[in-house]
Amino acid sequence: MRHTISVLVENKFGVLSRISGLFSGRGYNIESLSVGETIDPQISIMTIVTTGDDQIIEQITKQLNKLIDVIKVVDFMEIEHVEREMVLVKVAPKKEDKAEVLRLAEIFRGRIVDSGPKTFTIEVTGDEKKIGAFVELMKGYGIKEFVRTGKVAMAREGVKKREE
Amino acid sequence: MTKGGEGGFIKNGEQMKKSGAEILVECLKREGVKHIFGYPGGVVLNIFDTLYDEKDIKLILTRHEQGAVHAADGYARASGKVGVAIVTSGPGATNTVTGIANASMDSVPIVVFSGQVPTMLIGNDAFQEADIVGITRPCTKYNYLVKDINDLAKTVREAFHIASTGRPGPVLIDLPKDVTAGKTDFIWPQHIQIRSYNPTYEGNKWMIKQAAHEIARAKKPVIMAGGGVILSGASKELKELAEFMDIPVTMTLMGLGGFPGTHNLSLGMLGMHGTYYANMAVQNADLLIGIGVRFDDRVTGKTASFAPNAKIVHIDIDPTSIRKNVRVDVPVVGDVKLVLKEILKILKEEVGKEQWSAIRKSWLKQMEQWKKERPLTYRYDEKIIKPEFVIEKIYELTKGNAIICTEVGQNQMWAAQFYKYDKPRRFLSSGGLGTMGFGFPAAIGAQLACPNDLVIDIAGDGSIQMNIQELATAVINKLPVKVAILNNHYLGMVRQWQELFFRERYSHTYLDVVPDFVKVAEAYNAVGLRATKPEEVEPVLKEALKVKDKPVFMDFVVDWREKVYPMVPAGASIDEMLFEEEKQEGKTEKKLKAVK
Repeated sequence: MRHTISVLVENKFGVLSRISGLFSGRGYNIESLSVGETIDPQISIMTIVTTGDDQIIEQITKQLNKLIDVIKVVDFMEIEHVEREMVLVKVAPKKEDKAEVLRLAEIFRGRIVDSGPKTFTIEVTGDEKKIGAFVELMKGYGIKEFVRTGKVAMAREGVKKREE
Repeated sequence: MTKGGEGGFIKNGEQMKKSGAEILVECLKREGVKHIFGYPGGVVLNIFDTLYDEKDIKLILTRHEQGAVHAADGYARASGKVGVAIVTSGPGATNTVTGIANASMDSVPIVVFSGQVPTMLIGNDAFQEADIVGITRPCTKYNYLVKDINDLAKTVREAFHIASTGRPGPVLIDLPKDVTAGKTDFIWPQHIQIRSYNPTYEGNKWMIKQAAHEIARAKKPVIMAGGGVILSGASKELKELAEFMDIPVTMTLMGLGGFPGTHNLSLGMLGMHGTYYANMAVQNADLLIGIGVRFDDRVTGKTASFAPNAKIVHIDIDPTSIRKNVRVDVPVVGDVKLVLKEILKILKEEVGKEQWSAIRKSWLKQMEQWKKERPLTYRYDEKIIKPEFVIEKIYELTKGNAIICTEVGQNQMWAAQFYKYDKPRRFLSSGGLGTMGFGFPAAIGAQLACPNDLVIDIAGDGSIQMNIQELATAVINKLPVKVAILNNHYLGMVRQWQELFFRERYSHTYLDVVPDFVKVAEAYNAVGLRATKPEEVEPVLKEALKVKDKPVFMDFVVDWREKVYPMVPAGASIDEMLFEEEKQEGKTEKKLKAVK
C-alpha cells in the first residue's frame, strides 16, 4: 500500500540524510519527498510517500520516531486529508494546437507562467490523479521539459491525527 | 587559577575563559569518567595536552583505534558505565567504525570523540580529513559535529545522556581542531532537555495487564531473556517472576547471566547453537515471553515456524524491536525492570503460588526429560584436547566467578555453552555484529573497570590475531588478563560450515601459518604457556591464574575436527537440530537434505 507520511524534524544540518539513510539502509522505498521549514524556523516538515505492507509501514514509522531529531510522525493513511503537488510542463505545440493546449490548461486550472515563440510553460497544482491526467494529455503535444514537486499533505479540520 | 563554584573557574569574581580541550576534560570529569581509551594524532593534540596533566582521568593508550573502542565497549559492558574513547581525525576516526557498529548492535553505551580538521578546512579534502559524522550516521545512536565551541559542553552532556538512556548505544562527537583550541566561558548545563528524545520507560498499563493474564493462563510458558534484562538491571525481577510462576528460562547469547545459568529453571542458550531442551521448549510452548530481546535470526531460525504453538508476549524498550521479525500478541514497550515489577505485582495480587505448581509440574517434567534425552555434551578424548574440555576446566577452576570475554566463532559458542554464568555482566561477547578481535581489547576494558575480578578472554587462533597488538596495552598497564586460545589452525566456524554445507571444500579457512603464541607473548614481555595434551590443560590454567601483574597467553592446541553442536542449519526451524553422533552415523547428510 502507498502511504503519505509527514515527519516533523529538528531543522538541523544532516537531518535529511538521517531520514533518507534510514530508508536506504533498511531497504525501504521513497517515491517522493518534500522538505520545508515550518512557521517555527527550528522545525522542518518532510512529506514522504512510500510503499509497503502493514508490517513495513509500521517499521518505517517506528524507525522514524526512533531517530533523535524526529519530533512527530503522522501517517495519513485512513486520515481524511488533502494532498497537493505541483508540476511545471514546458510544451511546444504545433501552431494549430496552441489554442487547444491553452484550453486544456484552463480546464485543469493551470497557469501559463512563461511563454515564448515556440513554447508554453504551464503550472498545474492538484492531487496525484489530476497531475497524472494533465501530464498524459500534454504528452500528445510534445513535452520539452517537465518537473514535479513531491507531495505535501494536511489533515482536514476536525480529524484526529493517528500519531504513530 | 582557582576553582570556583558550579559555574566553572572563577578568578576575581569573573568567569575564566577555558579552552575547548579544557572544557571537554572538565565535562568528562563531571560525567564521572575515570578511564579513556585513545590514540593521539594531529588534530587532537590540544586534548591530549590537557589530559597530560590530568590526575582524575587516566588515558589508556591502545595500539589501534579499533582496540580503543572495543576496550571502551568492554569497560561499559562490565561496569554498566559509559565507556569513552578519543581518537584523531581521518584514519583514526575510520578505524573506530567497526567498534562503533559493534556497540550499536549490542546496545552498549559508549561515547567516541574524534578529532576533525579545523572547521574552515572541512570539505576541502584536507590532510587526514574524513566525514566521520556521515560515515557513522547509520551505526551510532546519534552523532554530532561541534562547529561552535559554545555548544561543546551542552553537546557532551547530551551525548552521555543519549548513550546511557533508553536503549543504550554509541554516540560520536566530532571535534574540529579549532573548537578544542579556541577559548570561551565554561557553562555546565545543569539540565538537559531534548524535546524529540523521550524513551518510554513505563509500560502501558493495559498491555501489562494483558501480559500478566497471558502468563497466568499459560500451561506451557517459556521465558526468553535477552540483553535488555542485563542493560535494565532486571535480573532480580526476572528470577522472581520465573520462580514465582515456575517458568523455565532460556537466554539469548546477549542474555547469558541475566538469569543464573546454574538455576533449575535455566535452559541455557537457545537458537542456532542453543541447547536441545531450550529449542524444544520454545517450539512446544503455549506462551513465549520475550524479555529485552529483538528476535535475531540466529535465535529464531526460520521465523515462519518459530514457536508455532505459542502466543508471544514481547517486552522491550525499543518499539522498533517489536514485530520487526516475529508476530507478537502482547507488545509491551517499556523498561524491562519496571514492566516486570508491574507484572509481578499483578500476578502476586491475583494468583496464588500453590495453584501454579501443580499445573506446571508436567511441563517442568518435560524439561527434565529433554535435558536427559540430549544433554549438552561432547566426546572427551584422552589423547587430544577437546576445546569444550578447556572451557569446562576454566569454569571449574574459576568456580564460575570470572568475567569471560570471547572472540567470535566456535570459541564464542563453546564459551556460551560450557561456562555457566550466574551473574549479569560476566559474559562479554560480540553478539549482533559478530566482530572477530573484540574479545581481547574488551577484556582489557573489563579488567580496568573491574580491577579485582578475574578476566579471561576465550579466543581462537584466528580471532586473536585481529587485535593481538593490544598485548602491549595490557602489559604496560599491568593488566592480568588471561587469554585462552583454542588453537585449531582453522577459522573453525567457517570451516564447520564448509564441512557440512560445502562438501568439505576448505576454501581459505586453513591458517597455514599461525604464530607461536608463547613466543609472541614473551616478545611483549607477557607470559606465554602451552598445552598440547589433555592432562596439561589444568596445570597451564593453574599457572596462568597465579599471574597477577601481566597478561597471559595460553595456547591450547585443540582437536581441529571438533564442531559446535547442536546446530540448526541456516534457514531451518530451531527444532531441526544436527547432533554430533548423527554425523558419525551418517545421518547428518540425510537430515541436511531434508532441511534443504
